[in-house]
Amino acid sequence: MKQFFAFVKKEFYHIWRDKRTMFILLGMPVVQIVIFGFALTNEVKNANIAVLDNSKDAATISLIAQLDASRYFAVEKNLDSYKEVDEEFKKGKIKLAIVFPQHFAEDLQHFNKAQVQLIADAADPNTASQLTNYATAIIHDYQDRVTNNRKLPYTINTEMRMLYNPQLKGAFNFVPGVMAMVLLLVCTMMTAITIVKEKEMGTMEVMLVSPMRPQLVVLAKAVPYLLLSTINITSILLLSVFALEVPINGSIALLGFESILFTLVSLSLGLLISSGAASQQTAMFISLIALFLPTIMLSGFMFPVENMPLPLRIVSNIVPAKWFYSIVKSVMIKGLDFNGVWKETLILVGMMTFFLTMAIKRFKIRLA
Amino acid sequence: MVDDKVITAHKLTKKFGDFTAVDQINFEVHKGEIFGFLGANGAGKTTAMRMLCGLSLPTSGEATVAGFDVYKENEKIKKSIGYMSQKFSLYEDLTVKENMEFYGGIYHMTDKFIKDKTASILKKLYLEKEANALVRSLPLGWKQKLAFSVAIFHEPGIVFLDEPTGGVDPVTRREFWNMIYEAADRGTTIFVTTHYMDEAEYCNRVSIMVDGRIEALDTPSQLKKTYRAASMDEVFLMLARKAVRAAD
Repeated sequence: MKQFFAFVKKEFYHIWRDKRTMFILLGMPVVQIVIFGFALTNEVKNANIAVLDNSKDAATISLIAQLDASRYFAVEKNLDSYKEVDEEFKKGKIKLAIVFPQHFAEDLQHFNKAQVQLIADAADPNTASQLTNYATAIIHDYQDRVTNNRKLPYTINTEMRMLYNPQLKGAFNFVPGVMAMVLLLVCTMMTAITIVKEKEMGTMEVMLVSPMRPQLVVLAKAVPYLLLSTINITSILLLSVFALEVPINGSIALLGFESILFTLVSLSLGLLISSGAASQQTAMFISLIALFLPTIMLSGFMFPVENMPLPLRIVSNIVPAKWFYSIVKSVMIKGLDFNGVWKETLILVGMMTFFLTMAIKRFKIRLA
Repeated sequence: MVDDKVITAHKLTKKFGDFTAVDQINFEVHKGEIFGFLGANGAGKTTAMRMLCGLSLPTSGEATVAGFDVYKENEKIKKSIGYMSQKFSLYEDLTVKENMEFYGGIYHMTDKFIKDKTASILKKLYLEKEANALVRSLPLGWKQKLAFSVAIFHEPGIVFLDEPTGGVDPVTRREFWNMIYEAADRGTTIFVTTHYMDEAEYCNRVSIMVDGRIEALDTPSQLKKTYRAASMDEVFLMLARKAVRAAD
């Protein structure tokens, strides 16, 4: 045990002395949560719009006021001619233009029918359709109020309930994703790099000549990163709960257990990579290309896996982060207990066993 | 002569596929001896040394180190030897003291032993002031002497030095060899590979490897006599020229 502790202590010195890396490791989750939470959001807020009001009557004025008052829109400009609409879009200052024809209020009153045109910048199709949806909803709202007294012959009322995330907050989606990404980066890449570094420096050879067993070397390497990951998990969860108001609906203990399991999977993967890589650059490259990209693309964090073509859906099954992402979402957001995530848990345990066995086996082969 | 052989090799062979890196070498090293292991690049000396250290399993032949079999008693061998690689193998981002504590730790030394030994080494190397300095900040020559001290920190019976003096100036090399002599005087057996022929002269006996075989093994003076050469340099060149295998 003394050997083991001496080694772990040395690993902590390495991490501690390399202040820059240490701050990156501990600061990264915080920065990512803040960036994803406050800056990178696909929710639309205060989009600039332009209004071309050819009618200028009570109806249009009150409708425009309502659009401006909503948290989705801000009226940036009142236009005078149709020609200006095009100019404003080209300047890139507005995302949506609303055009009221002449006699809007009169048409509404006399014919029960009026036209309004929504022009959106579809260079960004998602935002464009989101904005037109919001604008349509606000206009319908207004219409409902105007027609309040009159009964329409038929109406179908749709009532929607957004389960688990009633406010449709993006944070519910990315907090699990950021957790998977950070743990993978800290554990896989850092362990891979530090082991390969010892190979490059020639210290690994000295270690292997010493009475310390190779398996123990490998395990001692993993301990400090397990601890770092625990700190990161804690800081991510604290930030999500207190700064982003993402609830932890399930058991915290289960969430902790699953996170540590995923950390172990990542560590084993890092060990496996280090057994194959000859230089730190190779180790970093493999970690980034073989892990980071698939984690972002195929875990379901950025793009829903269900919508992908079959080959990609099959490939996504070997991405450990996909399973962890699903576990965190189930436990944290939906509040499921172990019965709800045992399948994913089992898959992660399987992956860990596989990676670790391979890593230790390859480590031994290298010695022969 | 009493049986004081600490290293024996008998028809020791290592093959990598079709390539025979070490071809049936035989030799013995006695206790307290400084045994020089010479050869051009690619002659097979590092491979041979790795087999003796337990880093690599022989393909065939026999070898014992400190009385233990290289095939079966690998773990016991590891406890009895020290090793210093070409790269000095100290942790640059650890202090002098931390490096010693670390190596003492992985060799199961007690805290008291580590403390006393660290103090005595620092004193001997006049490094007391640098005890808490990062190894990175030390000059190369100091690092090298320190690396040797660390390699024999746990007081092993045998120490393997793999080209320990690469890139170091002649004065420091001389000082380094003084340290080797002192260790040998205390009964430590030194097994050293080198490129420098003047260092070969310092050894009690040298073996010269060519193409995986030991072509010559004797005391430096006897070798010079046998090959009618003025220096070890000439002896080496005469033998090394026979090599057919390309150096790497």
